[in-house]
Amino acid sequence: MSTLHTLSILVTNEAGVLSRVVDLFSGRGYNIESLTVAPTIDRNYSRITITTVATSEAIEQICKQLHRLIPVLKVSDLSVNEAIEREIVMVKIQVKDEDADKILRIAEVTGAKVIDITDKNYTLRMVADEKQIQALIELIKPYGYKDFVRSGKVAIARG
Amino acid sequence: MAKEMFTGAQIFLKSLEAQGVTEIFGYPGGVILNIYEALYNQDKIKHYLVRHEQAAIHAAEGYARVSGRPGVALVTSGPGATNTVTGIANAYYDGYPLVVFTGQVSTEQIGNDAFQEADIIGITRSCCKHNYLVKDVKDLARVIREAFYIATTGKPGPVVIDMPKDILVAKAPFEYPKEVKLAGYNPTYKGHPLQISKALKLIREAQRPVIISGGGVLQAGASYELTKLAQLLEIPVAHTLMGKGTYPESSSQSLGMLGMHGNYWANYAVVHADVIIAVGTRFNDRITGCLKRFARDSQVIHIDIDPCSISKNVKVDIPIVGDAKNVLKAMIEELTSKPIVIDHTVKEKWLNQIDEWKKKRAIPECPSDKLSAVKVIKTIYEYTKPFHPIVTTEVGQHQMWCAQFFKFDEPRHFITSGGLGTMGFGFPAAIGAAIANKNSLVLNIAGDGSIQMNIQELATCMDYGLKVVNCVINNGYLGMVRQWQEKLFNEHYSQTKISSPDFVKLAEAYGAKGIRVEKEQDIVPALKEAMESNCSVFIDFVVESFEMVYPWVLAGQPLNKVLLSNDQKVC
Repeated sequence: MSTLHTLSILVTNEAGVLSRVVDLFSGRGYNIESLTVAPTIDRNYSRITITTVATSEAIEQICKQLHRLIPVLKVSDLSVNEAIEREIVMVKIQVKDEDADKILRIAEVTGAKVIDITDKNYTLRMVADEKQIQALIELIKPYGYKDFVRSGKVAIARG
Repeated sequence: MAKEMFTGAQIFLKSLEAQGVTEIFGYPGGVILNIYEALYNQDKIKHYLVRHEQAAIHAAEGYARVSGRPGVALVTSGPGATNTVTGIANAYYDGYPLVVFTGQVSTEQIGNDAFQEADIIGITRSCCKHNYLVKDVKDLARVIREAFYIATTGKPGPVVIDMPKDILVAKAPFEYPKEVKLAGYNPTYKGHPLQISKALKLIREAQRPVIISGGGVLQAGASYELTKLAQLLEIPVAHTLMGKGTYPESSSQSLGMLGMHGNYWANYAVVHADVIIAVGTRFNDRITGCLKRFARDSQVIHIDIDPCSISKNVKVDIPIVGDAKNVLKAMIEELTSKPIVIDHTVKEKWLNQIDEWKKKRAIPECPSDKLSAVKVIKTIYEYTKPFHPIVTTEVGQHQMWCAQFFKFDEPRHFITSGGLGTMGFGFPAAIGAAIANKNSLVLNIAGDGSIQMNIQELATCMDYGLKVVNCVINNGYLGMVRQWQEKLFNEHYSQTKISSPDFVKLAEAYGAKGIRVEKEQDIVPALKEAMESNCSVFIDFVVESFEMVYPWVLAGQPLNKVLLSNDQKVC
């Protein structure tokens, strides 16, 4: 059975590493749901977080194949352990005067922040997990949104 | 005192020297002229000029396969680099160590679509073990050191180093690193003791065990250990195409090759085994047949240095990640620490069963009175056996016939493109083999299709006085594809009839020896003449077009659905 997995991949921070990782997924027919990458505190290394839907056998192969890449130092399947996962979403809503209060209320209830207001548009930002993001999407749907971006997940093992 | 400075080109040569490289294969071009200039002024490294970059890389692989040392190729940027891609992929699939140096346009021109620019790092990323773009001359020596280390350790493979022109001109002090530190690369050499014990328990209890010996045994130099283990426990051994020679084929315990064109009894033994001990093989579809039906009722022990090979295709019960030599040695030690008890009634029952299966074999049929390809190959084998030849092949029917009829008792004598199945591999690989082992007879058994893919290398042979005996099994078709068309596509021979030049005249045009054989009685005299020749030879064996390779397990069929002759219907 295919399930969603979050892989946290520690790599050396050098040119072309991301391509190697991404090529491996495409070349072997695996799917990438989301992907984030940024240097760690030690800038010699980067952290790549990939979410992918796959069977447990495929995940085992993916992890082994990733390990085979020379610049990959560590691969953790965070879905195996309990992990804290967060994602940033930003949504721009064209707000009619009569809806302004409702939008602000949604922001308040969901814990989203209003980070930009113009006479036409409100932009909300939320740092949340998958469930909360889905809830926000449902709430703002009736008002229509102009733009919606999400960062892709970052994750860290609990404890 | 200021350190002495060297150009990148000089550092390249000094690094190869430090690495112990004495022979390289290559083809010059614009951006690597500085290296060729440096080569001009020295005599420590011998450069072999080929006629096509693809041949340089196959020759380097042939060299690596025979010598056990990494093969080195040097080509220019753009087309020079892209021409090596097939060879890089070939070495990657079969796991042989190569270090491939490609020229690149100057750093400031990269990405600007300069003349002869190709993103060879991007292109080769998925078909090599690792690759480097050198951006600073100070990194060059370290990168070369790392490349050789990566290429030759773990599961060996090709590493590409892309060197922009300005790096070869820029100067830096030379210091060749003694050690390699790669945090993300630590191949496992020692097998886990618990896994080894578990495996041995299973093997001791096995009633119908069989060993599958693959190319990893050759790579690890573990033939001795494998043979010893098999003999201690009286376990029959089947080999893969890449594992040919890892277990002496003259031994009565050898089942020969298994798989698509393997022996009937080898396939049956694997299908009916209760324990399969697979060593250094990645369970390619050519040896498993229908994967769902493979090893359904058996326990599988898999020893491999590459964790990715384990449970990739076949679900493994006891995986042991490690170097085959180390693991087998540890197994033998543990085994011999206690008396070995073999239940001979059980063992004999199994071996008798295999002997029973051995009665079923394909009988070669030649549909006309023309010369039979099988007869030719068998005669070549018998005639050349006393010379202990190194045999390279191209890809197709002749390759399978060679795998079936040539028997080897030692590794590194049968050189063939297994994983990628590259036509055009054999002849340049034979050149590499002839350079790696100057005293051996080198035969390239080829088809008329394959040989024409790199036939230009006859010029290379003549330049360096290398002797390769090319035996062209000339049936006027791309035989293996034709065979599939005959059986599976209603005899529609779509684009498989292929013409050839007059190979005798062609050989003579190059200054080599050409011989044509059309009758059975001429085979041996032709071979005798070839042995006596002091230059490369082309023997054009004009053979029957419609001979088939049997046994044959059709793609996707389980291993025990073996066709032994033309009369058998496809199920």
